[in-house]
Amino acid sequence: MTTRVGVVTFPGSLDDRDAQRAVRLAGAEPVALWHRDKDLHQVDAVVLPGGFSYGDYLRCGAISRFSPVMDTIIEQAKLGMPVLGICNGFQVLCESHLLPGALTRNDSLHFICRDQKLRIENAATAWTGDYSAGQEIVVPLKNGEGRFVADAHVLDALEAEGRVVARYLDVNPNGSYRDIAGITNAAGNVVGLMPHPEHAVEPLTGPTTEGLGFFTSVLKQLVNA
Amino acid sequence: MSLDTVKNAEQTPDAAQPWAELGLKKDEYARIREILDRRPTGAELAMYSVMWSEHCSYKSSKVHLKQFGEKKPDSDAMLVGIGENAGVVDVGQGYAVTFKVESHNHPSYIEPYQGAATGIGGIVRDILAMGARPVAVMDPLRFGAADHPDTRRVLPGIVAGIGGYGNCLGLPNIGGEVVFDSCYQGNPLVNALCVGVMKHEDIHLAQASGAGNKVILYGARTGGDGIGGVSVLASETFDATGPAKRPAVQVGDPFQEKLLIECTLEIFGEKLVKGIQDLGGAGLSCATSELASAGSGGMRIELDTVPLRDHTLSPEEILMSESQERMCAIVEPDKVARFLEICEKWDVIATVIGEVTDGERLEIFWHGELVVDVPPRTVAHEGPTYQRPYARPDWQDALQADAPTGERLARPTTGEGLKADLLKVASSPNQASKSWITDQYDRYVLGNTVLSVPEDSGMIRIDEETNLGVSVATDGNGRYTKLDPYTGAQLALAEAYRNVAAGGAKPLAVSDCLNFGSPEDPDVMWQFAEATRGLADACLVLGTPVTGGNVSLYNQTGETAIHPTPVVAVLGVIDDVTRRTPIGFAEEGQLLYLLGDTADELGGSAWSQVVHDHLGGLPPKVDLERERLLGDILIAASRDGMIDAAHDLSDGGLGQALVESCLKGGHGARIIVPEGQDPFVFLFSESAGRAIVAVPRSEELRFNDMCTARGLPATRIGVVDGDVLDVQGQFTVSLAELKDAHTGVIEALLA
Amino acid sequence: MARVVVDVMLKPEILDPQGQAVQRALPRLGFAGIADVRQGKRFELELEGPVDDAVLARIREAAETFLANTVIEDFTVRVEEEGK
Repeated sequence: MTTRVGVVTFPGSLDDRDAQRAVRLAGAEPVALWHRDKDLHQVDAVVLPGGFSYGDYLRCGAISRFSPVMDTIIEQAKLGMPVLGICNGFQVLCESHLLPGALTRNDSLHFICRDQKLRIENAATAWTGDYSAGQEIVVPLKNGEGRFVADAHVLDALEAEGRVVARYLDVNPNGSYRDIAGITNAAGNVVGLMPHPEHAVEPLTGPTTEGLGFFTSVLKQLVNA
Repeated sequence: MSLDTVKNAEQTPDAAQPWAELGLKKDEYARIREILDRRPTGAELAMYSVMWSEHCSYKSSKVHLKQFGEKKPDSDAMLVGIGENAGVVDVGQGYAVTFKVESHNHPSYIEPYQGAATGIGGIVRDILAMGARPVAVMDPLRFGAADHPDTRRVLPGIVAGIGGYGNCLGLPNIGGEVVFDSCYQGNPLVNALCVGVMKHEDIHLAQASGAGNKVILYGARTGGDGIGGVSVLASETFDATGPAKRPAVQVGDPFQEKLLIECTLEIFGEKLVKGIQDLGGAGLSCATSELASAGSGGMRIELDTVPLRDHTLSPEEILMSESQERMCAIVEPDKVARFLEICEKWDVIATVIGEVTDGERLEIFWHGELVVDVPPRTVAHEGPTYQRPYARPDWQDALQADAPTGERLARPTTGEGLKADLLKVASSPNQASKSWITDQYDRYVLGNTVLSVPEDSGMIRIDEETNLGVSVATDGNGRYTKLDPYTGAQLALAEAYRNVAAGGAKPLAVSDCLNFGSPEDPDVMWQFAEATRGLADACLVLGTPVTGGNVSLYNQTGETAIHPTPVVAVLGVIDDVTRRTPIGFAEEGQLLYLLGDTADELGGSAWSQVVHDHLGGLPPKVDLERERLLGDILIAASRDGMIDAAHDLSDGGLGQALVESCLKGGHGARIIVPEGQDPFVFLFSESAGRAIVAVPRSEELRFNDMCTARGLPATRIGVVDGDVLDVQGQFTVSLAELKDAHTGVIEALLA
Repeated sequence: MARVVVDVMLKPEILDPQGQAVQRALPRLGFAGIADVRQGKRFELELEGPVDDAVLARIREAAETFLANTVIEDFTVRVEEEGK
């Protein structure tokens, strides 16, 4: 049976079709989920895509977090369902308190779009099993509010528990504390990532194909589960 | 204030009306009275004044613009031509592509962020209204001197506005231009281009037909945004010291626009719409009169049903409001319920505001009272036409006589001198890397961007199965056009055509944004007449019809007009985007060929500007047949795998092209100056019809044979090699030094 | 030490997309009866010395030329009482 990976569309989601394409290229069946629909349509995992849901008004992710679909996703995530939040999706996960910390305005005060080098720090999450710890990859990054911040004790705990999933290399593009590009929950099923692996899945349109691993990882995890 | 109804207008024929304040001329007001056979009501006066403004009626330019129709080349590709929201071109496999470039110059000077943002919003709605999904945007920009304090105010705001709106809308920004010249100091040019894709059967037009069909207004609520903006802004230059005529600025809401796009595409998908028009300049006045004028029958609108953000607005103001993110659709009665349901799904407010009638009038009611009763054509399509006087400026001869000869402008004679000038040009704001600007735009979203800045053209895949794609390039050189408007406009087309071909796509069609000074100045009007004539003649030769565009006049400060700046966008198609040709030299050992002929042509050049701050002489000559041949060779070589890199030669000449291709690909080059060629001219001339290509050694014979057979001069000038640019016998410069010169320039000035 | 507060709001006639998005979300979250929402910015300026008319005039100038974009925004300047 094909693995079904849901991709949520909130009003203002932008990279939802791109996440669906990446799911398809990884060999799974993408399922479009609608923010108003509580039903997850028997998906095995969920991607919260990038974009500007509700225009990033109030705070990024703050309004989407209260959509009906999120009630179910929060419930299922706590039961172990793999959830990947990319960019705006990461912001939604933080606003939902599935992940600690918050994403704030880039220190440059500018939106930045660049090909970003990352180091995968934790290759044991549901979304990073196909990488090796310490592996360096290049994927696009594009955000205006991507600066990860948290209290010192939260940061220390994330480090101590190995919950930093990816770190910026060479350049810290947005002033994130401790160069953090992505984190996971304690169980390793919920991952938030500011860069966009779904835009590095084809040689024609991406700088590399090194982002595909996030999507193949979850497939293997689900098949082996 | 009492309501000025049609009945009231009939009873009070002599009531004084503010036609002059609304920008109408005396004879125009008289003509309105003649058309209506009475004085207009306040609402009618508002409609006529805004629709007959220069911006909406093209009254000064249309006698010249009609050449684009008269000299239109035969093209099987044209599906919808000039006159609709945007032209539509057949690109094969059942796909149609629509694209258009438009100006938002004056609003962007007043409020850079919102002006530029709403410029994107407007052009995207134009494309959407044709039935297409918008897939990419581009922004050709012109600013004052890079080191001028006001450029620091205007540029960051404009760039942030383009990014803020476009990024939030989810459209990749794949190209455009950034040019600095003090002539744009008080008049920055903010042009915006959008490309959209649809299937042939999804093409929609702005027309209202079928009595009983409903008129639905949907999108944002109507507020007091930019009331009179179009008329006032486009009719007068603004002047900081003069009377405040600045209208309320329009604020864009990209989130609302994103919802409008998705909602509209879903509505198109279910075939619920008979006709559609976006609301831009002149708002409801324009949308209702154009829909009614282009269709059959009349239209009846209940203006008090329009959802308002500000309940104090009068009917005149509602008609003139330029609130953004609104559309107007004509829907059959049995499809209205489903239409409204889809709008509700997307949280988009939608209201039936009227219906198509079997009469011939556009009738608008306010709480049951008739306030507008006009023949719609007289508002929308039969505005005034001016034959503005024009004459060749008396300074033109002197300007052209001031040629940048070796005697007048000192040229470098040593290798070190050539190197110094190469670095000066590469590090000048116009030629330096624009990545600080373009990195503020999302180029990845939608996942189909194949080429984007700093490539020669932006290229988008439109079918993931077949790899069909389209590409667009925009170009315009105000310096060339100032020296010779006829040739300058042709050079803009030639360069955009060449850029599209260099990427491997076949040029199909043109959209243009004509930015000029005041049409009331005969010098400016001559520039406009010459530029349009040149562009129309060139489009005929190259077989690329003008599908639409925009004219922006009154770009001047006091008596001083900007350089005439026709910006030309060329759209091309490529059957297989995996065959596209990038500009970067990526493979060691590949052979570098210079295609075309190089003459001593430095009038208007980047070198003359950067090194000598000089503008004079004649621009490079144009040979359109040569351009077409060069394009054919570039496309064939790309398709058949004979070249791995190609870069057009334009501003800065061969030297600048080498700098860009080496830095992009991360490899150096060894270059040999051809026998008998002056090294300075070789490196800095801006002769048109040229490109540099990188040929794999295995393809050299085949490539040479093709060029020889087709009669295109192809000169082997070197090889991709190492990490220095080595012009043998002259100078060497390391890639590190080139990078140092070429990057960081814009941020140092503006960040 | 005194504190001067500058509140910057979009002019009433200017569209406030953020406020509208918040207003539309409120009823969905069960907060009924809110007719309109407008979102603005608040600046708190801590002064080195006491407030007098000259200082306030300078702050108004700063607000007019820098803190607010008076093309689209209004501002108010007020002194926050000591000890609050």
